[in-house]
Amino acid sequence: MDNLSQKMSGQPQVERTSSYMALVNWVIQKRWWLLVSVITLSVFMPVAVIGLSWLSPQTEDWQHLMDTVLNELMVNTLVLAVGVALGVFVLGVSLAWLTAMCQFPGRNLFDWALMLPFSVPAYVMAFCFLGLLDYSGPIQTWIRSHLSADFDLPVRNAAGVICVFVLAFYPYVYMLARTAFTNQGRGQMDAARGLGCNSWQAFWRVMLPMARPAIAAGMALALMETLADFGAVSVFNFDTFTTAIYKSWYGLFNIYAAAQLASLLLVFVIFCLWLEQTARGRARYDQSERQQKQNLYRLTGWQASAASLYCLLILLLAFILPVSQLVWWVVETQFEDFNARFVQLMVNTLGLGSTAAVMTVIIALVMAFAQRVEKNPVLDRMARFSTLGYALPGTVLAVGLMVWFSWLDNSLIEIVRNIFGINVGQLFLGSVFALLVSYSVRFLAVAYGPVQSRLQAIRPSLHEAAQSLGASQRQILWRVYLPMLRPGILVAGLLVLVDVMKEMPATLLMRPFGWDTLAVRIYEMTSEGEWERAALPALTLVIVGLAPIIVLMSKSRKDH
Amino acid sequence: MRKIISAVAVATLITGCGNQTGEPEQKAAEAKPAEPVTLTVYSARKEHLIKPLFDMYTEKTGTQIQYITDKASPLLSRLKSEGENTPADMLITVDAGNLWKAAQDGVLRSVDSDALEQNVPANLQDENNQWFGLSIRARTIVYAKDRVKEGDLSTYEGLADANWKGRLCLRTSKKVYNQSLVASMISNLGEENTEKVVAGWVDNLATDVFSNDTKAMNAVQAGQCDATIVNTYYFGRLQNKTPDANLAIFWPNQEDRGVHINISGAGVTKHAKNPEEATALLAWLSSEEAQQQFAQLNHEYPVNAKVSATEEVKSWGDFKRDALNVSEAGRLQPDAVKLMDRVKYR
Repeated sequence: MDNLSQKMSGQPQVERTSSYMALVNWVIQKRWWLLVSVITLSVFMPVAVIGLSWLSPQTEDWQHLMDTVLNELMVNTLVLAVGVALGVFVLGVSLAWLTAMCQFPGRNLFDWALMLPFSVPAYVMAFCFLGLLDYSGPIQTWIRSHLSADFDLPVRNAAGVICVFVLAFYPYVYMLARTAFTNQGRGQMDAARGLGCNSWQAFWRVMLPMARPAIAAGMALALMETLADFGAVSVFNFDTFTTAIYKSWYGLFNIYAAAQLASLLLVFVIFCLWLEQTARGRARYDQSERQQKQNLYRLTGWQASAASLYCLLILLLAFILPVSQLVWWVVETQFEDFNARFVQLMVNTLGLGSTAAVMTVIIALVMAFAQRVEKNPVLDRMARFSTLGYALPGTVLAVGLMVWFSWLDNSLIEIVRNIFGINVGQLFLGSVFALLVSYSVRFLAVAYGPVQSRLQAIRPSLHEAAQSLGASQRQILWRVYLPMLRPGILVAGLLVLVDVMKEMPATLLMRPFGWDTLAVRIYEMTSEGEWERAALPALTLVIVGLAPIIVLMSKSRKDH
Repeated sequence: MRKIISAVAVATLITGCGNQTGEPEQKAAEAKPAEPVTLTVYSARKEHLIKPLFDMYTEKTGTQIQYITDKASPLLSRLKSEGENTPADMLITVDAGNLWKAAQDGVLRSVDSDALEQNVPANLQDENNQWFGLSIRARTIVYAKDRVKEGDLSTYEGLADANWKGRLCLRTSKKVYNQSLVASMISNLGEENTEKVVAGWVDNLATDVFSNDTKAMNAVQAGQCDATIVNTYYFGRLQNKTPDANLAIFWPNQEDRGVHINISGAGVTKHAKNPEEATALLAWLSSEEAQQQFAQLNHEYPVNAKVSATEEVKSWGDFKRDALNVSEAGRLQPDAVKLMDRVKYR
């Protein structure tokens, strides 16, 4: 850097070209650093906007929060986080193990079908859950009229919220763990058993630890989404840290206190991620890159039935029930909102989702490669920081980005006015580009997790071997890493695609005029309490999400 | 890899198309001022409740209207950050509190319009004419006909009495409609009395508060509690869906201040690029023609006294309205939120 600035400033006129060449060389040499810097910066800006709120202390409202609600909602948030973490771990890992390693009736179906709940947004799941199970819902009403007139099972509580989140978010862990188990294959397990472990020991001591980066990445995603969620907890009226953020903003009209709370949430997430990283220590998780034909454990008798029933139960609760509820509502409302505009909504949703997925996965790949190539702890930290967008409540992040884009716009407009004397409109805000950048910032973690955890499973020695055979860096990337990363890339693309399609806050605030999506329509209906009319866009969202899930799941299976 | 490339190509095509449709319109508007302008609206009123009105206006005048919908607070943040470069000509919200806040933040402009002054009652508009109410929402009591005796119900305050113990359902205090209601009580009764009343409500709750009005009414229907406080249009929707529901509307506080009302309303932005046209739209929205639509779209009450509510809404009976200026609800909203936090009204 110093070297460069010396060259840039101190050289006489004649050497312009050579200093230009030096710049080009420097850019090429530092390309990974530059790329990662740009990515980190685009995440840093909105976070900085949020952090800057501390410059304006809100003593009075903070005092109020501490005196009244803060204690309760910290406890609530912790209970929720622990419950969801345990739940998605148990559900995600067990289901992934069954479908990746075992043969039982229905396995080929469950393998991809268990991913379907991912296309049901958590807030839709929450509403269906309450619609069915609350006091005024059909089940409790039936029990009261047929069994016991006093029956009253409260479901709008921590246990209920945790159930909903676990059912909505276990696919993160399932998807990542499934890829990890499939890639590990049976060999390691058999080796462990050959060394005297029984199957449980082999699972706990060999298979599970080896899948740890993948499982941890999945759990981190589920947890970040839980902590940042506003939709589902609002349906339950369950107070968390995030509901306090919105209460300060919408209720107390105090956007500074809201941003301050959000930054604390971010610190908490950083702490959790750091904890996992530290606990994992310096362990490495390389694995054999030999592609082996899968030999599945064949379950028989009661074990096979139990496995099928278990998968079926989860699929029933997490997908079939909520979707049936949606179908019921759609039939009830007789498709009243279905028209030509609706097709436009689907096109917008898929177009934005797939573009954002490609863009975000490329960014994630750049970051992951950069870490591999440069092997620098600073770069590592920058990359990890870049994934924090996911831990912020959507609307808070959206406003942070919006403030930043409008600042860019205002500066540009000012410059153009001063130089050319003409007035121009906004370039960024309200453009598809700004919206796509926002999606990438928000969902980078979702793409980075799968890519990074796959990358960690690839031995560095492979890189060195290719190098010693004379392969250039580009060849190594294209011919060694990309093919091996393919399962991770598919998973990442799928997760981002479906997540973007469900995304509301950034879409609402920054979409170009007329670019409404299905999620926007869901928001408009649900915020008016018209859940029956929200069912049509919600169901369409699920259906639109089905195709990529089925295609990508079958592709990722063929990869093995 | 080829697939990725083609996906990117398709995406660029899509985004390219998106930009193209937007730009020529703008350029055309700048070049030839005689052509009809395009107004830009930020709306917290949802598309299905506002687009029919926009369509009517476009057909009538040729003025195109483009809009985005979102919650009021993010839209307000966007207006503030954009400053003088905002494309928005108008801000529409669904409660007075956010209009009050928008005026406080200086993103709206004073509008001079005889039509608006005539059509919108004085207590439903800003004293500096920065915003005007367009429809009225009444927040009242809905009760179970078979379980509530005559004389059980009287006022909002009455729901805090001991005979309502375990019989009351409420929506969450996070909803602005409840914040406005409590704010209006602070203004009318003072903070201390209000706190006692709201604490009484919380004591009388049959179950945890609900996330929306419809759910609260469902609970009354199912017998979990006997009464709740809701906006009337939610009752209208429920009535359409289940006409034989055993629920009825009660108008509280008819002997004193009257039923709490809120508004959905709008204002022209300070940095509007087309202030005259935006004012014209705002004035039209308060006209009889548009107010009729407002009444029909959502079981709401029109602000324009010359327009009557729909037959269905009229069947709920006439009632005395709280004459308090609705902006008071905005001013006192933070106090109301804190008060509800203190008495653990979640």
